Order: sequence, then C-alpha cells, then structure tokens
Amino acid sequence: MLANIKQSKPAAYAGMAIFAVVLAVLPFVMGATLGNTWVRNLDLAMLYIMLALGLNIVVGYAGLLDLGYIAFYAVGAYVYALLNSPHLVPMLSGTGFEWLLHMPLLVVLPLAALLAGIFGVLLGSPTLKLRGDYLAIVTLGFGEIVRLFMNNLDRPINITNGPQGVNLIEPVSLFGHKFSQAITVFGIEFRSVHLYYYLFLALALLIIVVSIRLQSSRIGRAWVAIREDEIAAQAMGINTRNVKLLAFAMGASFGGVSGAMFASFQGFVSPESFILMESIVVLAMVVLGGMGHIPGVILGAILLFLTPEVLRDVVNPLQDKLIGERLVNPENLRMLLFGIALIFVMLVRPEGLWPSKQRKAEFHEDDDLKVKDAEKEAAHG
Amino acid sequence: MANQANGEVLLEISGIHKRFGGLHALSDVALSINKGEIYGLIGPNGAGKTTLFNVLTGLYQPDEGKFTFKGIDLFRKKPNVVVESGIARTFQNIRLFHNMTALENVMVGRHVRTRANVLGAVFRDPKTRAEEAGIHERAQSLLDYVGIRKHGGEFAKNLSYGDQRRLEIARALATDPQLLALDEPAAGMNPKETDDLKKLMEKIRNDGVTILLIEHDVKLMMGLCDRIAVLDYGKKIAEGVPEEVKNNPRVIEAYLGASPD
Ligand SMILES: Nc1ncnc2c1ncn2[C@@H]1O[C@H](COP(=O)(O)OP(=O)(O)O)[C@@H](O)[C@H]1O
Ligand SMILES: [Mg+2]
Repeated sequence: MLANIKQSKPAAYAGMAIFAVVLAVLPFVMGATLGNTWVRNLDLAMLYIMLALGLNIVVGYAGLLDLGYIAFYAVGAYVYALLNSPHLVPMLSGTGFEWLLHMPLLVVLPLAALLAGIFGVLLGSPTLKLRGDYLAIVTLGFGEIVRLFMNNLDRPINITNGPQGVNLIEPVSLFGHKFSQAITVFGIEFRSVHLYYYLFLALALLIIVVSIRLQSSRIGRAWVAIREDEIAAQAMGINTRNVKLLAFAMGASFGGVSGAMFASFQGFVSPESFILMESIVVLAMVVLGGMGHIPGVILGAILLFLTPEVLRDVVNPLQDKLIGERLVNPENLRMLLFGIALIFVMLVRPEGLWPSKQRKAEFHEDDDLKVKDAEKEAAHG
Repeated sequence: MANQANGEVLLEISGIHKRFGGLHALSDVALSINKGEIYGLIGPNGAGKTTLFNVLTGLYQPDEGKFTFKGIDLFRKKPNVVVESGIARTFQNIRLFHNMTALENVMVGRHVRTRANVLGAVFRDPKTRAEEAGIHERAQSLLDYVGIRKHGGEFAKNLSYGDQRRLEIARALATDPQLLALDEPAAGMNPKETDDLKKLMEKIRNDGVTILLIEHDVKLMMGLCDRIAVLDYGKKIAEGVPEEVKNNPRVIEAYLGASPD
C-alpha cells in the first residue's frame, strides 16, 4: 500500500488509483451482495484497524508488551460519550462549563487523543523499568483499573453512570450534517453506515500516514533501537525514558481516537466493551498480522475481526442445513478457532502472517546466530 | 609514538568507588585523560576495566568519587547526558541493533545530535527533511570512514565479526564524541584485521578524537598508546608511558602472579 510507493511511479499511481476506487465503492458492493450488517461490520473493522495500528506503535515498534491497551479506547469512548450525551447536562448546567458539551468533532477528536495520550503517559511512567512479563502484568492491571473506574464512578458523584453505561450519545455531525441522517448526492443515497465508513476510512488513512512517517523518522528509529537493545540505545544517547513514554502516548492517542468514534457510532458505551479480552484480541491482531509492519497489522485486524462475523453468518445456516439443529454456538467456535490460529502462527510463522523484512530476520535469527557464535568461538580460540 | 597530548585535560576522575554487594569492583580509581591522546587501560580479566567504562558512560552509577569532562560535572549523570557531553563507547560483547541495517545503526547514533520531534516527523517540514537528509548523509560517510560502506544495506547481524566491530565504532562516532571509549575492539580479530583497526584508531585520533582504549594485545597497546593505566582488583596499580608500565614490577606481578623479587 502506501509503504511501497517506491516501485515505478506510473505503475504505483495506477495501483493506488485502483485501490482508492475499490475502497470508495466497497461499502456499496458489500451492502448489495452481503447485506447491510456487513457495511456495519466494515465500519467496525476500520475501528479495529485504528486500534491495532496504535498498539503496533507500543508493541511492534518499541517492543513494550501492553496488555491493557483497551483502556485508551475506553478513555476515548467515554470522553466522547460524556461530552455528547445528556448524561452530564444536569451536572454541568449552571456551572459555566456547558460549553464543554457538544463541541465540534474537530475539537472532540484531538481532545480524546490528548486525554488518552495523557493516560498513556500515566501508564507508562511507573512501568519504565519493567520489561516483558512484568510489564505485561502491570499494563493488564492498569487496563482493569480503568474499567473498574468506569464501572464504579457513578457514586458519590455520577460521572460515568456505572455499569449501565452512557446512552443517547449523539452521532457525529460534520459540516452541519448529522451522520444519523442519510444524504443523497448525485442520486446516490449515503446512509449513516456509509458516512461513518468514509469518516473511519479517512481517520484510518491518517493514522497509517502518521505511523509510516513516525517509523521512518529519528523517533521511529529510536523506538526500534530500544526494542533491539535497550542498553545500547542508552549508550547511543537516546533518552529511553522519554522515547518510551512517547510510544505509550502516541499509541494511546490512536486508541483514544478510535474509542471516540466507537462511542459516536454505537450511540452507547458501557464498561463491558472494554474487558481484558478486547485488549488481548487487539494484541493478537498485531502479533498475528506481523508486529511492526503496517500492512501486516491491518491484515491481522481485518482477519481477526471478520472471522467471528463470518462464522456467525455461516455456522448456523450450515448446521441447520446439514444436521437440522444447532449444536455448536458460533461464539464458542470463534474462541476455538482463535486459539488454534494463534498456536498455529506461533509455531509456523512466529513473525506473523505478513511481517516486515526486519522482523522476519529477527525470528529466524537463531539459525544465523549459531553460525556467528561458532565463528566467534573459532576466532577466540 | 610521539606523545601528542598537549596537556589539556579532557576527562578527569578521582576517588571513584563502585561496589556490587560485597565485591569492590572499583576502588579509589583516579585518572585524567588529555585531549588528543590515546589512553590505554589494561589489566587482568575481572580487574574492573569494563566496570570503569560503564561508570564513565553513565550505565553504572558510581558509589563515590568525582567525574568531570571538559570541566562539566558528570558524576552520576544519565547515559544520554554523558553522550550529549561528548563521550561515546563501544561494547566488549558487541551490542549492535542486530535487525537494523548497518546504515540504520549509524543513523541511530545521530539521534543525540538531532532534534526532530513528533510534529516534525509527521509533517515533514523542510527543516526536518533537511535534518533527515543530513543524518543519512553523515551515516553513509561514517560507514565509508570505517571502511564498510558496501555493507550499509545489510542487517548488522549478518556482518562479519570484524565489520561488526567497525560498525560499532562508526555508530559511536555518529554521536560526535570528543572521547571515544573502545572496550577490547580487537578481541577476536586476526593479525591483519588488528592492524587495520590500529590504522583506523590512529586516523580517528588524528581527526581530533581522544581515545580511551581497553585491549589485551600488549604489542598493539605498546605501539599505539601515549599513556597506559593498569587496573588490578579494581585498583589502579600503575600509570605512565608504555615503556614505564611494561617494566613496572607491580604490573609484572599482577600479570604473572609472581612476587617482584
Ligand atoms: N553488574 C554487575 N554485577 C555484579 N558484579 C559485576 C557486575 N559487573 C561487573 N561485575 C564484577 O566486577 C568485576 C570486574 O568486572 P569487569 O569490569 O567486567 O572486568 P574486566 O572488564 O576488567 O575484565 C568482576 O568480578 C565482575 O564479575
Ligand atoms: Mg571487560
């Protein structure tokens, strides 16, 4: 995709143009062939792509295992939900803070990104000295803490409305048009799901561009250097503390943006959407697709998001036809397939389905290193 | 080798102590390195040479002592502060970024001398683009300088042992150091490679970088160093021009384990 524009220019531009057309008509093709649920699924897939790309910064580039990533999605979602629903109206009315409510999207989105980014730094700072398993445990705890706060902050002051969640969230409104209403342009009717599709697509592309540019900058190199060898990175003068915090903040802010979009799209958020399993699914998208490789991560997100949806569409009708009753619950089958897929990938392609050249080399470094070690030994002896 | 040191002190440490639990790895170590010299550090295995390097580059925090560089106090400063002040190092057990290319390894070395932040990286303003081009160009020329330009596109781990050593030097030089600390750079090299390395070190010194060098190869050290200090069990037991040190009875004892008389 964007990453390999380097080929011959005309061919690349032609490829990009075709790709753009495919993306543009995709929701209509999907809607016409598979039905409207699938356009909705497409929208949700976009959200997961954004999420996975955010986590990719932390796990893929900087090599910091984060098991609480969904917390930033939650922060973004609640920021949008609280500022765009009637829930806080009684609390804020008469306080002079009413302006907080119903801010334009171009203000709310950066705000969600900023707040999630701040949470990223909050999570990052106490974990700077931790690596691997320890970091995973602490981040896991952090994710749960955030969820528990959302669950319990309905008392003494009702901020999050607790387990019931926040309802009646306003849809996005852009250029004076509410996304809940269909709009007809050139005789084509764009319904709410379509409008959200284009908005999410634009945001996902933005996140992709930002990821690519960060990756090939001095900051991206510093992230990878830390992942490769933290001591050597320090000895090269990299301020590992700041650079790691930056990775947490950037990853979290992408999560915040997708969370905000999730809230507006669903019209409802509750703590249930942000359980540990969600963090694990997003992590699996990154690992399965190919850590640190943007096309791979996108592929991972699409595959893992779509599998359960496909199962839902396929398994029950298939069972009805073949055996006349429903023995297997597609939801359970999903977990089974999920587990098998992960084990399979770990065994056969630990670098992921579509890894970067770099990562591929890394996971097969044993082969090379054995030779190198033998050489070293010989040289010493 | 003529003593090129012009007497201006670049780095000065005194009373440095470093303990690991009960082990007194560095005990009251003092030395001062003059601008422009090649200063050798020798001693039996386990004497504390690498530990001293780690202290000088901020990776270990010394327990006591004084540490100044160009008059700046660097006692217990973070590695990035040390590197920014102008000290760079290589590692005894090569520590490259294995799965980055040789060129990228050197580019990482430019981190400390460049400024682009997230906004610059994302918007690629002319200043950031110029900086990035500068990083690239400088890294290329450093690969050339150490003689491995043709390997620039290869993963660091795929380079030969000798070339990895050279790459580490290039990466360290990318931080624009005034003092380059090399921890056993000739270890595992054949005589030809060692000779080339010696020439490289002389070139680096002639280009104005002071060198602090740990090596076991006595012949190499005698021919290369302006002054040599000897560590044994964490203590400096001798210091001087190579001839003096070579004939110092305490040094002979430390190396041979024999009593001087
Ligand atoms: N991080 C550490 N923790 C405990 N002991 C250490 C550590 N680093 C070095 N040492 C000990 O300090 C002593 C000096 O080691 P080192 O500086 O590596 O010696 P040299 O480089 O002269 O061979 C050794 O006994 C070594 O085991
Ligand atoms: Mg050593």
